[in-house]
Amino acid sequence: MDFLVFQYPMITVQACLDGILLGVLFALIAYGMALQWGVMNIINIAQGDLVILGGYIAYFMYLYGIHPAWGVIVAPIIMYFVGIAIYKLVINKVVDRDLFISILATFGISILFMQLMNFAFGADVVLANSGYGTTMLFDNNVVLPNSKIFSAFISIVFAICLVIYMKKSKLGRAIRATAQNARAAKILGVDTEKVYAATFGINAALCGVAGALISITFTIHPYMGLPYTIRSFMIVIVAGLGNLPGVAMSGMGLGVFEEFADYILGTEFRIGSVFLLLVLILVYRRFKLSRKREYLK
Amino acid sequence: MKLNKIILSFVSALVILFSTSVASFAKVVGDKIILGAAISLTGKYSSNGVHTQNGYNMAVDRINSMGGVKVGGKTYMFDIIYYDDESNPKRAAQLAERLISQDGVEFMLGPYSSGLTKAIAPVTEKYGVPMVEANGASRSLFTKGYKYLFAVLAPANLYLDVAIETAVELNGGKPVRIAQAFEQDAFSQDVRLGILDAAKRTGSEIIIDDKLPKELNDMAATLVKVKQMKPDVLVVSGHTKGALTAVRQISEMKVDVPMLAMTHCDAAKLSEQHGANSQYSLCASQWHKSLTYKDDFFKDGMTYAADFDKEFGYDPPYQAAESSAALLVFKDAFERAGSFDKKKVRDALAATNMQTFYGNIKFAEGGQNVDKPMVLFQVICDNGGKCENKVVAPLKWASAELVHPIPKWSER
Repeated sequence: MDFLVFQYPMITVQACLDGILLGVLFALIAYGMALQWGVMNIINIAQGDLVILGGYIAYFMYLYGIHPAWGVIVAPIIMYFVGIAIYKLVINKVVDRDLFISILATFGISILFMQLMNFAFGADVVLANSGYGTTMLFDNNVVLPNSKIFSAFISIVFAICLVIYMKKSKLGRAIRATAQNARAAKILGVDTEKVYAATFGINAALCGVAGALISITFTIHPYMGLPYTIRSFMIVIVAGLGNLPGVAMSGMGLGVFEEFADYILGTEFRIGSVFLLLVLILVYRRFKLSRKREYLK
Repeated sequence: MKLNKIILSFVSALVILFSTSVASFAKVVGDKIILGAAISLTGKYSSNGVHTQNGYNMAVDRINSMGGVKVGGKTYMFDIIYYDDESNPKRAAQLAERLISQDGVEFMLGPYSSGLTKAIAPVTEKYGVPMVEANGASRSLFTKGYKYLFAVLAPANLYLDVAIETAVELNGGKPVRIAQAFEQDAFSQDVRLGILDAAKRTGSEIIIDDKLPKELNDMAATLVKVKQMKPDVLVVSGHTKGALTAVRQISEMKVDVPMLAMTHCDAAKLSEQHGANSQYSLCASQWHKSLTYKDDFFKDGMTYAADFDKEFGYDPPYQAAESSAALLVFKDAFERAGSFDKKKVRDALAATNMQTFYGNIKFAEGGQNVDKPMVLFQVICDNGGKCENKVVAPLKWASAELVHPIPKWSER
């Protein structure tokens, strides 16, 4: 165990800032998951793979000489249609079924995507260079890569746009109505089939944005999707469905938690600590549920 | 009932098909020596798997076109049966079993990576099938007492040993402070053990000792520690993603460290993906084309590189070169054994003492090659931003002088 955090106080500041910037990005992915979970009652195991696919879109733009930051515009557009296609081919057949069936189906999609990406793009680890430079704070003791700041900023912009869209637009209202009660919405004339397709498309588009940002800040690889699925699952579990401020807060919380776990327990426990936290939260939730006899909405 | 019949006839058709196809393969058919190899053509190791396969194919073509293998007065040609192990150790072990017991292969070439070689070695050992492998460097492969495993490459614990030695030397023989971050896999952990040995030998102190997760794509925490504690050397090993992540975050976070030593830089195409940001990184390599070893088939490293480029359209990474060398070793052993008896070939392999374009090859008791040192190259860029890997250590082969300490980011 390492107690550098206490020896070098600036590390604490660094860890908090790193965690928050990272957490905002996680929250964006988690928001997509919360949205479709709430509306369609589907837990999408392929969430992380959609993220990675979005990353590859930005990467290929970078390869062809376009600045990868444009990926945050292009990737969601392409991914929206990928999402719609996945919905039409697979998801619409499992949407009203048992949760277990949907987990199996999306797990299958996840494996398929990993293999296809590996086949199409190769197994090399790749990244897109943004050339954004670095921001130094506190006498150069805290460093923040501008690419991380950019990622957090774009994530927030997209989150805000989405909230406004959900509140104001016709489709947004239809999505919210379907989430509340699909049957009632259908009776009142909402085309739920269309709503489901759009929801899945929006989720995929959000994954596309996040993926483009990840290719700029970190690295991408066909098999790197699962940690993103786990993180977003975890954030949604903590925040509950349809609770956007909750998703944002728990995203940032998770980011900071990961950074501190990294400093205190060691990097090898970083992802492990996320899993552990997930188990603890599930146990706690279960305990609370059994006492209050309530159910997740 | 009807369905059962269909299934039954389908299965029996398959059985018949298999039993006939088995008969057509054997260790040596006509004038062909058939070698078997399970290689990662898909899955996470597929890029290096392809380098391995290209290396094997290049050597097979070259040896065959230059007269083949002469055993007992007769000339034989090499041929290889490949299977795709999907980068999965369990699959690799199954395929080794299949190559030996169904296809009748009696001589094996290794797969890519230490992990997969570890999975295959017990199988080849069980059947007493000699395996010459070129891509499994983990030390644990050579301490299990395997008799039929031979590796043309230097073991993993020697990868970055040279870097620490060099750092101490440049420090006027005084111990250095080392920061290290290693992925938790067999290979990287062996590299780590090598560093621990080197640190002990030189009296150096390890001040940061991080283990990186398999899903590594963020090592900011390690780098923040490096920034605060200012070690003399930073050592990173985590396959291609380790090298790429390290250089990306070191340049973004402006981490100044006098020496940065890594593995897998050429597989990661470090200088291509990061350009000038990767400058001054030191990389451990099994081979570099500028080395002056020679043999009759590929002449030397430069010629090998040029021929390889002509055939496959890219500069050969060391994974391809060492794979080609494995075939040269097999040819040499068959000719000295003068027989296809597995035991005799095994003994001939154990007595190998030769030079190839890739380096000298002489196996220790455990099967590792003890006659070929690792080389360190440094990424050096010119003013136009074009980067090249130049060998800087050991001095005997150095084609450029080591730049040390690495200039600070503020001065670049």
